[in-house]
Amino acid sequence: MSANAHVPAVDHEDDHGHHHKQTFITKYIFSTDHKMISKQYLITGLFMGIIGIAMSLLMRMQLAWPDHEFTIYEILLGKWGENGVMDPNVYLALVTIHGTIMVFFVLTAGLSGTFSNLLIPLQIGARDMASGFLNMISYWLFFISSVIMVMSLFVEAGPAAAGWTIYPPLSALPQAMPGSGAGMTLWLSSMAIFIASSLLGSLNYIVTVINLRTKGMSMTRLPLTIWAFFVTAIIGVVSFPVLFSAALMLIMDRSFGTSFFLSDIYIAGEVLHNQGGSPVLFEHLFWFLGHPEVYIVLLPALGITSEIIATNSRKPIFGYRAMVASILAIAFLSTIVWGHHMFISGMNPFLGSVFTFTTLLIAIPSAVKAFNYITTLWKGNLQFNPAMLFSIALVSTFITGGLTGIILGDSALDINVHDTYFVVAHFHLVMGISALYGFFAGVYHWFPKMFEGRMLNKNLGYVHFWVTAIGAYGVFFPMHFIGMAGLPRRYYTNTNFPYFDDLTDVNVVITVFALITAGAQLVFLYNFISSMFHGKIGPKNPWKSNTLEWTAEVKHIHGNWDGPIPHVYRWPYDYSKLNKDESDYVIPGQDYIPQHIPLQDNEEELDH
Amino acid sequence: MTAFLVVLVIILFGVAVWQMNKIFQMSKTSPEKDTTEIANDKDNNVNGYLMLGFVLFIYVLSIVSFWKWWDVLLPVSASEHGVEIDQLWLISMVLIFVVGIITQWLLHYFAFRYRGKKTQRAVFYADNDKLEFIWTIIPVVVLAGLIIYGLFTWTDIMNIDTDDDPMVVELYAYQFDWRARYGGEDNTLGEANVRLIEGVNQLGVDGSDPNAQDDVIVNELHLPVGRKILFKMRSQDVLHSAYMPHFRAQMNCVPGMITQFSFTPTVTTEEMRENEEMVAKVRKINEIRRDNSKDLVAKGDEPLEPYEFDYLLLCNKICGYNHYNMQMKIVVESQEDYDAWIAEQSTLAATLQKEKESK
Repeated sequence: MSANAHVPAVDHEDDHGHHHKQTFITKYIFSTDHKMISKQYLITGLFMGIIGIAMSLLMRMQLAWPDHEFTIYEILLGKWGENGVMDPNVYLALVTIHGTIMVFFVLTAGLSGTFSNLLIPLQIGARDMASGFLNMISYWLFFISSVIMVMSLFVEAGPAAAGWTIYPPLSALPQAMPGSGAGMTLWLSSMAIFIASSLLGSLNYIVTVINLRTKGMSMTRLPLTIWAFFVTAIIGVVSFPVLFSAALMLIMDRSFGTSFFLSDIYIAGEVLHNQGGSPVLFEHLFWFLGHPEVYIVLLPALGITSEIIATNSRKPIFGYRAMVASILAIAFLSTIVWGHHMFISGMNPFLGSVFTFTTLLIAIPSAVKAFNYITTLWKGNLQFNPAMLFSIALVSTFITGGLTGIILGDSALDINVHDTYFVVAHFHLVMGISALYGFFAGVYHWFPKMFEGRMLNKNLGYVHFWVTAIGAYGVFFPMHFIGMAGLPRRYYTNTNFPYFDDLTDVNVVITVFALITAGAQLVFLYNFISSMFHGKIGPKNPWKSNTLEWTAEVKHIHGNWDGPIPHVYRWPYDYSKLNKDESDYVIPGQDYIPQHIPLQDNEEELDH
Repeated sequence: MTAFLVVLVIILFGVAVWQMNKIFQMSKTSPEKDTTEIANDKDNNVNGYLMLGFVLFIYVLSIVSFWKWWDVLLPVSASEHGVEIDQLWLISMVLIFVVGIITQWLLHYFAFRYRGKKTQRAVFYADNDKLEFIWTIIPVVVLAGLIIYGLFTWTDIMNIDTDDDPMVVELYAYQFDWRARYGGEDNTLGEANVRLIEGVNQLGVDGSDPNAQDDVIVNELHLPVGRKILFKMRSQDVLHSAYMPHFRAQMNCVPGMITQFSFTPTVTTEEMRENEEMVAKVRKINEIRRDNSKDLVAKGDEPLEPYEFDYLLLCNKICGYNHYNMQMKIVVESQEDYDAWIAEQSTLAATLQKEKESK
C-alpha cells in the first residue's frame, strides 16, 4: 500500500557517523534521545516527589499534634491554614494528592519512566527507542499532566480531596465536598493525559524490547531489569485503559448527567435524578488498574535490585529462570486479584472467596523472589555501594510488608482492619518504601551513566541510606499497632472523641521518625545536584558490571556506541565464574565477563 | 517532645551541612577517573557490621513496640464470630512473625557474613532446582492451609442464615451521622427510598407501607446480648462504612444498594467496662485527659470530662470534611433492658402522626 513498503530498511548501525548540530531546544527540551528523556523523567519525578513527601509531613504533624498551631500551615496552605490551624478539607486534599503524586507521578513515571528509558536501549544494545518521537511525546504529556496536577492545588475551592481512589459519589458531587468541583475536574484531566503518556511509553518499551535487541541478545539473555520493565509495560497496556474508561464515565456522570456510578442520592437538601448506577462498579474498574498499578510500581524496582544485587555480590543472580517466571506469574496474577480491595464493599461474598484465593497465590512467586535474593547474597563478595544497601533494604521491606499482605489478603481478617492504619502501614512498606528504595538504588547505580561518568558521593549516600532505613521502619512499624487498635485512616484528628486518646504517643513517634527521614532526603538532594556538576568522574565501568550499558560511550552521543553495536555472547550474570580447572577466573584477575565477550576456550558453557 | 524533635532536626541538618561541606572541599581537588566513590574494603566492613546492627534494630523495634503499645490494641472480641477471626489472626501473626524473623536474619546476616574483601572470592552458584522447588512448595502448602481456614471463616461470617430469626436493624449513614432503624414488633423493615425524604421522615421510609408503621428510628444503637442481629446498611449520599471494631464487623454503606452484615453480640457494655484490659485502657486514657485538662484549665477553659467506655460505630470510608467525627454509640445490654428501652421509643407511625397534627 505505501510506496515505501519495499524500500529496504536502512541499517541503523551505519548512521552514527553524522551528528547533526543540536540547539539548546532540541538537546535539552524537545529531545528525542532516550538518555535525555530519562533525565527529564527523573528530574520531573524528583520535583513531584518533593511535593508529595512535603505533603505527608504536613499530615503527620497534624496527626501528632492536632491541637498545636503551626505557622507553617499558614505559610504553605494559606487560607486553609489560617492561624496555624489546618482545615479538615485540606487535610483530605493532602491525603488525596499525596497518594496520587507518589503512586503515579513519582513511582510510575519517575521510576519506570526514568529507568525504562535509560536502560532498555542501553542494555539490549539499541541505538535508541523504537520511536524517539513517541518517546518525546510521552514525556511531554507526562509533563503537562504534572503541571495540571500541580495547578489543581491552587484552585479556589481546593484540589481533589476524595482520596486517591476517587470513589464516587464523593468525587462526583461538588455538593459532597468542595474538592469535588474544579479540583476534581483538573485531577481527572491530568490523569487522562497521564494515562495517554503512560500508554505511549509502554508501547514503545514493548516494541523496543521485542524488535531492537542486538545480535545474540536472546530473551533468556536479557538482564532482569529489562524483563521487569518489559512485563511492567505489558501490565500497563492491559490495565491503564480500564482506568481511562472509568475516568471518562466519571467525567460524564459529573458533567453530562449520566448515571454510571450514581443512584438514589439525597444531598444538600435535594434528591438527585440519578438512578441505576453503582459505585461498586467504579470500584471494580478502578482496582482493575489500581492493583496491577502496585506491580507497575514494584516490578521495575525488583528488576533494578536484581541487577544491582548480582553485580555487587559478584555472583550470578540465583535462579534466573525462576526470577523471570515469578515476574511473569506476578504479572498474570496481579490482573486477577483486584477484588481484595473490595471485600467489604458490598459485593457478593462468594467473589470475596475467589479473590482471597488468587491473592494468597501471589505470595508464592513473591516468596520465591525473596528467597532467591537471599541466596544470591550467600557466599558472595558483597560490595556495599549505596545502591547495594538500598537493594538489600528493599528485600527487607518487601518481606515485612509482604507478610502483612497475607493478613490483609485473607477476607475474614480484612473485615476488621480494612481501611485502618494497618493497611496504610502495609502498603507503604511493600510498595511505597520498597519502590522508593529501588528508585534510589537505581539512581546511585546508574548516575554515572546518566551524567557522563560523574558519580554520586558515597559517604553522603551512606548517611542518606542509614537514616532512611531506620526512619522508614520507625515510621511504619509502629503504624501497624494503631491499625490493630482499630484506628480508621483518613481521619483529620484522632482526638475528637476519647477512645483513641492513648494513641497520641505512637503518633508522635511516627511523626518524629517521618521528619528525620525526610531530612535525610535533603542530603540526597544535595548530593544529587552537586554531583551533577562537581561529581568525581569514575572509571567507565565503575561497578565492574557485565551489562552492555557500560560498554557504551561515557559521553552522551546520539546512538550510544561510537562504533558498531556490540554483539552478545552470554547471559549478563557471569560473575566470579571459574575456568575449567578452577585455578582462576575465566579472565585471569577479573571476576566478571561482560556480555559482549565471546565464549573463552577455558570455560564451560552453562545453560541457565 | 516538640523541643526534642526540633533539636534532632537541627542536629541532623548540621551533620548534613558539615558532610556536604567536606565533600565539596574534596570534590574540588579530585583527580580525573578516580575510584574513591566506589566502596572499598573499609566501607564493606563498616556497612557489613551496620547490616548486622540493623537486623538487631528491627528486632528491638518490634519488642519495644509490643512492650509499649500492647495495651492500645482492641480488647477481646465482643461478638461470636469475632472469636474465630481473632483465632485466625493469631495463627497468621505467629506464622508471619516466624517467617519474618528468620528471613530478615538470613538476609542481614548474609550481608554481614559475606561483606566484600579484596582477598575473598564469590562462589559461582547460579541455580539449584531442588532448593527452588523446596521453597516454592513450602509456601504453597502453608498458604493452602491458610486459604482453606480463612475461607471457612469467611463463609461462616458472610453467609447469613435467616432461619434462626435474627433481629433486623437498619444502619443508615449520611454526611455526617448515623441513624438506626429497628423493624419493630414484626421485625420487618418498611420499604424506604431517598425520594421519600420529607420533614421528620429523615430516612425516606414509605409511610404507607404496613411494615413501616412500627419501625423505630433512633440515633443510639441498642443491642440485646446473645441475640443474632442482621444489619441492613443504607447510605443517603456518598459511600460510608459501618465499622464496629469491638465486634470485628465492617461493611460499606452504598447509595442505591442495601448491604448487610450479621453478628451476635456476646459481651454487654457493662461487662466490657469491667474487663481487665479495658479498665487499664480507660485508666490510661483518663490519665492523658487529666494531663490535657491541666493545660486547658491553665488557659481558662473547661477541663475535659472523665472518659467512660462505650462501644462505637465509626465511619471508615472517606466521606467528606467531617469524616473523622461520624460515630454512633452502641449499647449492648440484657434482653430486659433492651425491651424496656425500645418500649420508650416512638414508632414511625406515631412520629408521622405527631408531625401531621402540628401542621
